[in-house]
Amino acid sequence: MNIFVLLPILIPLITTIGVLLARQRPRLRRNLSLGGAGLLLIVAIELLVLVWRDGIQVIQVGEWAAPFGITLVADLFSAMMVLLAAVMGLGVIIYSQATAEQRAEHFGYSALLHFILMGVNGAFLTGDMFNLYVWFELLLIASFVLLVLGGRRDQLEGTFKYVAINLFGSILFLVAVGILYGVAGTLNMADLADQLNSLPSGLVTTLAMLFLVAFGIKAGAFPLFFWLPASYHTAPAALLALFAGLMTKVGVYALVRVFTLFFTQDTGYTHTLILIIAGFTMVTGVLGAVAQTEFRKLLSFHIISQIGYLLMGLGLFSTAALGGAVYFMVHVILAKSALFLVGGIIYKLRGTYNLKQLGGLSILYPGLALLFLIPALSLAGIPPLSGFWAKFALVQAGLAAEQYVIVAVSLGVSLLTLFSMTKIWAEVFWKDQPGKETPVQAVSFIPHQAGVSMLVPVGVLAAILVVIGLLAEPLVNLSLLVAGQLLNPADYIETVLGGVL
Amino acid sequence: MEIVLALVIGGLFAGGVYMLLRRNLVKLLVGLILLGHGANLLIFLMGRLIPGRPPLVPVNATQPVGLFADPLPQALVLTAIVIGFGLQAFALVLARRLYQSAHTDDLDQLRTTET
Repeated sequence: MNIFVLLPILIPLITTIGVLLARQRPRLRRNLSLGGAGLLLIVAIELLVLVWRDGIQVIQVGEWAAPFGITLVADLFSAMMVLLAAVMGLGVIIYSQATAEQRAEHFGYSALLHFILMGVNGAFLTGDMFNLYVWFELLLIASFVLLVLGGRRDQLEGTFKYVAINLFGSILFLVAVGILYGVAGTLNMADLADQLNSLPSGLVTTLAMLFLVAFGIKAGAFPLFFWLPASYHTAPAALLALFAGLMTKVGVYALVRVFTLFFTQDTGYTHTLILIIAGFTMVTGVLGAVAQTEFRKLLSFHIISQIGYLLMGLGLFSTAALGGAVYFMVHVILAKSALFLVGGIIYKLRGTYNLKQLGGLSILYPGLALLFLIPALSLAGIPPLSGFWAKFALVQAGLAAEQYVIVAVSLGVSLLTLFSMTKIWAEVFWKDQPGKETPVQAVSFIPHQAGVSMLVPVGVLAAILVVIGLLAEPLVNLSLLVAGQLLNPADYIETVLGGVL
Repeated sequence: MEIVLALVIGGLFAGGVYMLLRRNLVKLLVGLILLGHGANLLIFLMGRLIPGRPPLVPVNATQPVGLFADPLPQALVLTAIVIGFGLQAFALVLARRLYQSAHTDDLDQLRTTET
């Protein structure tokens, strides 16, 4: 019985309840919210250390032995994702202190943020397919409400698309789970890995495709991503950072989990298909981004192209490639969120997200420009920032697997990413402010209006990006360890089933 | 009986997909609801239909003997129904608010957030 596997789910739940109860008392509510997020971060670090030191941790909920009850498992991948979720959660909650409107708060904004964190952590830690469905639904319904808070027309419209496509995806997921139970007689992931080997591979591949579509919708993979740029950009910046950082990655996490643990019979078919999807996801995402002139829409399309890199790691299906994907996951969650948060600060300063109406910020606020430049260059893959190592690992793995097409695609997409980042840089920071004849003098290094609680999370995220870029080795080693664990699920199965079979 | 249920599930899916492809806001939701019912029935059917044999453990035994109905799919369906109900109720309210603010239920005209 290991309580640390349970705590990442329990803490956000208790915080949600506390925040809801303290709704009428702003100061208490704020402190509870911050405290809960801080505690979650501490627990997540502790969990990762524990898993790293002692191996995979398991809880059988209600003491029901493995294939029959609900299992919560933390292997290195889960623990790492939980830690990332906790970092993002704390950052976004601190940031929200400055931006969240009174009205949104009245409808339970911070409570819902914690609820999402609970759903995300639950999805990362569960070892049971139906339980995974339940966690997906929990985080989805919280995200629906958060997206629509405010009730403007574009928000309603964006949310409706998001709701409709996600409901459809959930139904597909449910169907796939039902058929999986029908053919394998179990829903425990570790048990499934055993059972599916004895089934005809055609049946298993069909099931794998159902899951690929269901999770592909959540992850925003080609050709199932159209809901994402249509809905995400209507949300406020803090929320967008959380959604961009975490929600799609839960879909990728689920894909990686099922396609490394039990859909590995016909890798020649399934993983090649994933590789093709990865290529198209990268290209369509980045082409969409190049065409945009609105900060949030541009970055929303970039979310999609980055998903392509993660899928590329899964599709190549080697230790090096999966390690690269895991490293990329860390890098992209941090970089993407930092960019959206900078966007929020710019909106606070200028009142618009339109690139054409912005300008001159690099002279006014050099510090803010730097905060944008670090994640932007990192995303484009400029050495020595973290994005370079992530892409380097993936490209190297691709060359080793002799998949030259995908390598070429990923390199080309990197170039286009750099181009669109330069576009934002030139439009927002470099060019003169439209409507002003004389160039403006420097006002301050960083904008005071934005407030400490907006700048600190961005600063910390940027700092982490620099650190994991300059001192890449420990994280690369950890990523390779994660990949090794994913590719050799024997340990996972053994720990979960605990000698039952 | 399995055949009948399978046909019903197929019908629900076909109807659901047909409704999804309409341009109307409400019809889209009806389509999703039909699909949801189809999925629930499918899980129920996946537990195999074994009527009149509850999964009860006889005295002095550790597991049910002979043929017995699998209770797990029914538990799954129950959970799925509850979740589906919540989501569908939310989606209906959302559609109503969207209609009120956009004054149209034609999906082709709800494109302001796309480019």
